[in-house]
Amino acid sequence: MDWIDILLKVVFAFLMVMVVMTMAGYSVLAERKIASWIQGRVGPNRTALPGLSSIPVLGPMLVKMGIWQPLADGVKFLFKEDPIPGHVKKFYYVLAPMISLAPALITMVVLPFGVYYVDGQAMPLVLANVDIGILFILAVSSLGVYGIVIGGWAANSKYPFYGGIRSSAQMISYELAMGMSILPVLMWANGPAGGLGDLTLYNVVTSQQAVWLVFWMPVPAFVFLVSLFAETNRMPFDAPESETELVGGFHTEYGSFKFGLYFVAEYAHMIIGSAVFTLLFLGGWQLFPTFGILPDWVANPWAGWGWIGSVLSVLVFIGKLLFFIVFFIWVRWTLPRFRYDQIMNLGWKYLVPIALACIFIYALIIAGWDLMVAVENTPAEVVQPDGQVVTQQEDLITH
Amino acid sequence: MAKVVERKPLSFLEKTYIPQIVGGLTITLKNVFRPKVTLQYPEERPPIPQGYRGIPALVKDPHGREKCVSCQLCEFVCPPKAIRITPGEIAEGSENEHVEKAPEDFEINMLRCIYCGLCQEVCPEEAIFLQGDFNSLVGTTREEFVNHKDKLYELGGTRPDEHYKWDKKKEAAEQAAAGGHH
Amino acid sequence: MQDFFFYLFSALTVLSALLVVVNPNAVNGAMYMILSFIGMAVLFLLLDAFFLAVLQVLVYAGAVMVLFLFIIMLLDVERASKVRPKALSTAAALVGFGLLVVGLGYLFLGGGSVTPAELSAAPEIPMQDGGTNPMEFATASRSFGYGLFTKYMLPFQVTGFLLLIAMMGVIVLSKRLGPSGQEEPTTEAVK
Repeated sequence: MDWIDILLKVVFAFLMVMVVMTMAGYSVLAERKIASWIQGRVGPNRTALPGLSSIPVLGPMLVKMGIWQPLADGVKFLFKEDPIPGHVKKFYYVLAPMISLAPALITMVVLPFGVYYVDGQAMPLVLANVDIGILFILAVSSLGVYGIVIGGWAANSKYPFYGGIRSSAQMISYELAMGMSILPVLMWANGPAGGLGDLTLYNVVTSQQAVWLVFWMPVPAFVFLVSLFAETNRMPFDAPESETELVGGFHTEYGSFKFGLYFVAEYAHMIIGSAVFTLLFLGGWQLFPTFGILPDWVANPWAGWGWIGSVLSVLVFIGKLLFFIVFFIWVRWTLPRFRYDQIMNLGWKYLVPIALACIFIYALIIAGWDLMVAVENTPAEVVQPDGQVVTQQEDLITH
Repeated sequence: MAKVVERKPLSFLEKTYIPQIVGGLTITLKNVFRPKVTLQYPEERPPIPQGYRGIPALVKDPHGREKCVSCQLCEFVCPPKAIRITPGEIAEGSENEHVEKAPEDFEINMLRCIYCGLCQEVCPEEAIFLQGDFNSLVGTTREEFVNHKDKLYELGGTRPDEHYKWDKKKEAAEQAAAGGHH
Repeated sequence: MQDFFFYLFSALTVLSALLVVVNPNAVNGAMYMILSFIGMAVLFLLLDAFFLAVLQVLVYAGAVMVLFLFIIMLLDVERASKVRPKALSTAAALVGFGLLVVGLGYLFLGGGSVTPAELSAAPEIPMQDGGTNPMEFATASRSFGYGLFTKYMLPFQVTGFLLLIAMMGVIVLSKRLGPSGQEEPTTEAVK
């Protein structure tokens, strides 16, 4: 590994963090804007940058859209006094917001967000195209709960503590349903859709060329979406911070920049979650599904367009992602919060069994498909004397 | 006697909540496209209704004479004691010297004022009015919220009512002096 | 580079594992345990065993330790941790530790079948033709799948069955807690 390679990786990672954090900042703006539209208000429309806002037509328009508001918010969080209450456990109190944000930023390493072509061969635009992509995302994002639990505990007062406890129970319950709702997708992507037997998200996306899985697997998609709401503590499931009962939940004792970290972390998790949903169920960066009828180019019309095509694919991906962020916000300002026992009931008594049933049904379908259609494609295997199982189609493994 | 309300059991679709959630989402979506009710305050002002009790201010008559004669009735009647008047004399040789008194300073503490309008009601000279308008109270010190005489006249301006009580009194006095039939 | 990371993360793993034992505060202990798990996951990563590494984080750091923390925070472990251990358990722990030290010493210093010289003289693991990665079968998740559903089918199923029994045992035990007749009132009873 060259130093220049490492440097490039660092630069790319830095760029991606910048993009995600900017998106998180502007999701906050979107949240405020959409909330006010739904409530018949206008939303932030005053913040102006001295130089840029005096451009004749564009400047006032941007001000009206509230474009500079996130900047002002960020600066406010930065320069506010940063108090540490006397009764908290200081080390964990400071550590918790960081733990909450870091997993969201780590998971995006394995998120493919576009496609580029080398000699007609499609390659994913991704920081690290590791074999266990989706598992990595599940694993690392499950660490995000520590930020909330530790924060609630370190605040050393009762409401944050309730928030932390609720959060940990909720996260564990819904992680199960979430993981199980992904299984049919992976089975499909590696079975009938002709994948190579790995868990990369790129593989899942390419397998959706014929049909986006949200059409073919609406129930797992729904279970995944609901679990996503619960995992990101978004509105119908925001029991950990429920303002009306727990003051502010786990972040009651937090202020200024530490609160800002929690705040941004929530949106970063939302962005990563929407990205994963887009990749798993919505065809990633592909423009349209072919449904087996339309010609193949509808999925990737930019295949031959060089770097412009790559940029377009990224834009399509971001467009789908933004739709989901808007959907998150839309739901937040529509639905009331579930009661805590309702959340637990929904998770354990409905979503987990539904997800299990989906695994079962789709496994049957896929097995049937394999028997009928794809027997000759199944790699044969032999057991070597040393006990290792080897497939005879070496080209499949040595990718 | 308690009345038992019979409730229909929920159908399967209703139990999933999904139709209700979709209904809620459409309602909020419709709301997005409704006209906004926000008033862009400093640029747009709300319509002020008749009889609105706005900021208290002193007025002058159409001849530009200050009406207040510093009788201090408003100071006495003011429930939160927001008004303080420093009475003064009108200098001799002035056109209005027969009025004898005018406020040397007139302070209304807007941090205390409750906009009750009693000062306006009690004023025998119709010199103080709660204007049918408001202006935002913004400041960083307490002193900024105390309106002094010049500020009060600036706010009040001139009233178009043509009583000219003191002019008539002066005329009457002059006629009497000139040997009227009294 | 690889060596540097190995020493860094193995030191982290061992140190935090030590701190789990030494630290009197239960929450601190849990946090060190998470740190230790993550260090272990990185060691797996350095061995190119991505799948194992991720499972380590997903199962232990992500799920099991959250439950641990949950319990530690709910129960008042702070007070319990101040209780002095009994003389018997101290003695047992010391004996166990001594045995462990003796065993490890035997393994590393003398009697083990593989000496470092033998290890370096051992033949390389046969590679796939042209494959650059001798640990291929440990990295690809599909080979795990093949392994689990072919050669290790029986152990896999038995393990699953064992876990199921354990789960049922837990349910039975937790239902029996408390004197009989003091079960949670049913919804009908509340009405």
